[in-house]
Amino acid sequence: MSVTSRFVKRLSILFSRERYHSELDEEMAFHRAQAEKDFAAAGMTAEAAHYAAMRQFGNTMRVKERSREVVRFKAETVVQDLRFALRQLRKNPGFAATAILILGLGIGASVAIFAFVDAALIKPLPYPQPTRLVAVNESSALFPRNNLSYPDYLDWKQMNTVFGSMDVFDANRFEWNTPSGAEPVHGLRVSAGFLGTLGIKPMLGRDFHAGEDAAGASPVVLLRYGVWQRRFGGRRDVMGQTVNLSGVAYTIVGVLPQEFEFAPREIAEFLVPLQPTSECDMRRSCHDLDAVARLKDGVSVPSAQAEMKSIAARLERQYPDSNRGNSASVVPLSEAIVGNIRPILLVLLGGACLLLLIACANVSSLMLVRAESRRREIAVRGALGASRARLSGQFVTEALTLVGAGSATGLAVAYAGMNGLRGLISTDWMAGMPFLRGLELNPRVLAFAACLAVLAGILFSITPILHFRLSKMRDGLAEGGRGSAGVLWRRMGANLVVIELATAVVLLAGAGLLGKSLYKLLHEDLGFRSDHLATVNVHLPQNVAPHAEQQLAFERALLGRAAALPGVQSAAAMDVLPVSCNCNTDWVRFVGKPYNGIHNEVNDRVVSVGLFRTLQVKLKAGRLFTEQDEANTPKVVLINEAFARKYFPGEDPIGKRMGDTDLTPASLRQIVGVVEDFKEAGLDQDQWPAEYEAFNQSPSSYFSVVLRTSQDAGPILPALAPMIHAVNPNVSVDWERTMQDRIDDSDAAYIHRSAAYLVGGFAGMALVLGVVGLYGVMAYSVSQRTREIGVRMALGAQRSSVYKLVMRQAVWLTSAGVGIGLVCSVGASLLMRKLLFGVEAWDVPTLAGVALVLGVASLAASFLPARRAASVNPTDALRSE
Amino acid sequence: MAKKPELLPGTLDMLILKTLARAPLHGYGIALSIKRLSEDVLTVEEGSLYPALQRLLLQGWVKAEWKLTETNRRARFYTLTAAGRKQLGVELSQFEQMVAAIGRVLAVEV
Repeated sequence: MSVTSRFVKRLSILFSRERYHSELDEEMAFHRAQAEKDFAAAGMTAEAAHYAAMRQFGNTMRVKERSREVVRFKAETVVQDLRFALRQLRKNPGFAATAILILGLGIGASVAIFAFVDAALIKPLPYPQPTRLVAVNESSALFPRNNLSYPDYLDWKQMNTVFGSMDVFDANRFEWNTPSGAEPVHGLRVSAGFLGTLGIKPMLGRDFHAGEDAAGASPVVLLRYGVWQRRFGGRRDVMGQTVNLSGVAYTIVGVLPQEFEFAPREIAEFLVPLQPTSECDMRRSCHDLDAVARLKDGVSVPSAQAEMKSIAARLERQYPDSNRGNSASVVPLSEAIVGNIRPILLVLLGGACLLLLIACANVSSLMLVRAESRRREIAVRGALGASRARLSGQFVTEALTLVGAGSATGLAVAYAGMNGLRGLISTDWMAGMPFLRGLELNPRVLAFAACLAVLAGILFSITPILHFRLSKMRDGLAEGGRGSAGVLWRRMGANLVVIELATAVVLLAGAGLLGKSLYKLLHEDLGFRSDHLATVNVHLPQNVAPHAEQQLAFERALLGRAAALPGVQSAAAMDVLPVSCNCNTDWVRFVGKPYNGIHNEVNDRVVSVGLFRTLQVKLKAGRLFTEQDEANTPKVVLINEAFARKYFPGEDPIGKRMGDTDLTPASLRQIVGVVEDFKEAGLDQDQWPAEYEAFNQSPSSYFSVVLRTSQDAGPILPALAPMIHAVNPNVSVDWERTMQDRIDDSDAAYIHRSAAYLVGGFAGMALVLGVVGLYGVMAYSVSQRTREIGVRMALGAQRSSVYKLVMRQAVWLTSAGVGIGLVCSVGASLLMRKLLFGVEAWDVPTLAGVALVLGVASLAASFLPARRAASVNPTDALRSE
Repeated sequence: MAKKPELLPGTLDMLILKTLARAPLHGYGIALSIKRLSEDVLTVEEGSLYPALQRLLLQGWVKAEWKLTETNRRARFYTLTAAGRKQLGVELSQFEQMVAAIGRVLAVEV
């Protein structure tokens, strides 16, 4: 008999199933009637014969069911189960909605975070063979990844044998001269082979030719797609046209593809060849470049690192002045780009998974409660002939239905969550993370969601099956049966609650520690008053004010006008604002002190006369700058306390003289004062020694203006750009912010805040789910014990002892959960050490606070069931069953 | 009540086919016939009989039609098909091989 004819037979039975069933019924009725007749013929009374025949035939339903199973399609069973499952869920909308919602939240949070992890950590860089790309940098004791100097780059490129190609880039500001005035724009200076190293070809025109990055070659530019669309309307005839950038005419030779991105300097709108023309490019000690290289086939990152280190060591011996302490660093390009957000993403993924764990535990325990209340239904179905396999199949179908709905909800939650989270990322940050533009529910993310769904499906299928396997099915038939299953369920449910509470503790402790880190970070003693300060960046183009005197005159005019603005108490200028970075450093050497060639690296800042008064930084010794310190008077310098501590321990630094590493006469300057330390670096970075030069003596074409206002600094910001343009219309102005906003948006604050907020959100949900889970277990336990409590009270138990009975269980569960959770949370917090600031993983107040919050919430949740138990009316309870 | 020896697994289909080889019968008749011929040793449970009949129908080894019994009651009579006869031959020879093999093992003197 062939498979097809069997299939056809099954199909015909399926379509005439009414007839099939009635025929089967009739056949069996005939069977029973014949048996009855034979029994009667053997001498039984009619009634006895009837029952004997019934007994002999056995369970009619079961025989029918098994007969049908033979001829039925497997799928029919599934469809039937599915319909039953949907009916079950519709009949219990409360259960269904709760379970689906909880599951949806858990899956949604995990998938959303995973999408970020995927976009940032898993998805390779948008270049061919991305794993062969490395970031190449110099490294020193203070800067593990430092910029490269141009002469070093040339030597490295020429001496190495590990890179197929190596190229450098440097983000620069340009003035884009338009009819309506100069606009500040960012461009990338790159060596000619840069795009070739990345593996990118222009979509229009050509790449840079070798040699176009030599000094004196005619200037050319490659446009990014966005700027081509915005400024040139996407016209193809721009090729060969010229654009005026900072006063130089560049010929457009190509346009980059739309999908081109370069995360390290995404802000750049165009590429120009890096021609070594500036003073810095000539000097081996001026570090302003970053390098990217493509490894040769078969070369590993460590072996490339080893070779570059040995080359750096050779150069160090050859050029001891400039290269002392300079080694090399080679890391995968992806590491250089996403290394700083990896810890936060992994912590968030961990948090989301813990939340999912709680959600699953919660839904499992809901399913147990429901399985328990369906005990009798299951027993009846079993007695009516449903096989164990068939019942299990039903549970699996129900679980899968639930998980299906939960996953669909989860995907919706994830989609909303991804967009919401992306909205939370500030535009400045987004600009540095172009890979997040690819954030979507892509196949990898969907596969992750499917994995979660499968795991949840297995868990929820096994839970009720295990439950019924452990209990004896026929107990369920006994009226009011309270078999061993009740105890067993309570144990399983209780274990789940302990897991939930423990997980909630871990998340709460994590959120608490991250919150405390954030608080400490934002309340760090900055050493200056950060409120009531308005700031703005000013850039004086080279062609507008090429000479120091012009820059100085501009600064004086600008500060004079700024101080006269209504509500402004004082105005000052500084080249790098506080709370930025340990950067713009200088190597110093002291007159009259032994020098062994070591690099004394200190932060170097150029400040105007009124800066310390405006920031309200205290003077500790000596004097501040005055207007009498001028270009033609002896050079003076101020230092901070960290500087004095490190280089003049036990000495008075006032009057000492210092200069560059060669003590060239032009670099010599005298220390005239010591100011209190204030935060030059990012919030979570160390305080470094700093020297302050007088703007009057070494003016700069790029600086920030700081204004102290009497009222809130925010309203004055819009007035700044017009005021500056009134002094000189060709100056570019950007980043009008209050100092407080700058600090709040700084990298460190941003990372810590997003970690604290998101983990806090997860912890909040975990707390609610955990406490709801505990409430469920307690309420169920009380409802199961109503009769027992009734008996106790009828026998004279006081209400207080009933309270005690219920609360004892609650206290036991809570302490177990909190205890386990505290131990786990110390471990978990150690894993996220990198994100903690000024607080230890075992911070006792935080852990105690978490235990207290969870304890109080848990006891409150258990109090309601306890009260219900204590208010049981003994007569009602005894009569109820 | 003493426990009756259970039907050897896998032999039910063969017994039904063999019974039907003699004459078409209804379900009750098949059960009764097996019981009588085995002198009350083999009892076919209804719970096994009807699913087995469905299986044989599906395989096409028997066919069923409604007829009237001697007592004028409508009953479903099962008839062996040609394919069923062939299948019976296969099952019989397999069973005989099995019995012979078991016999050889049991015949070994201890």
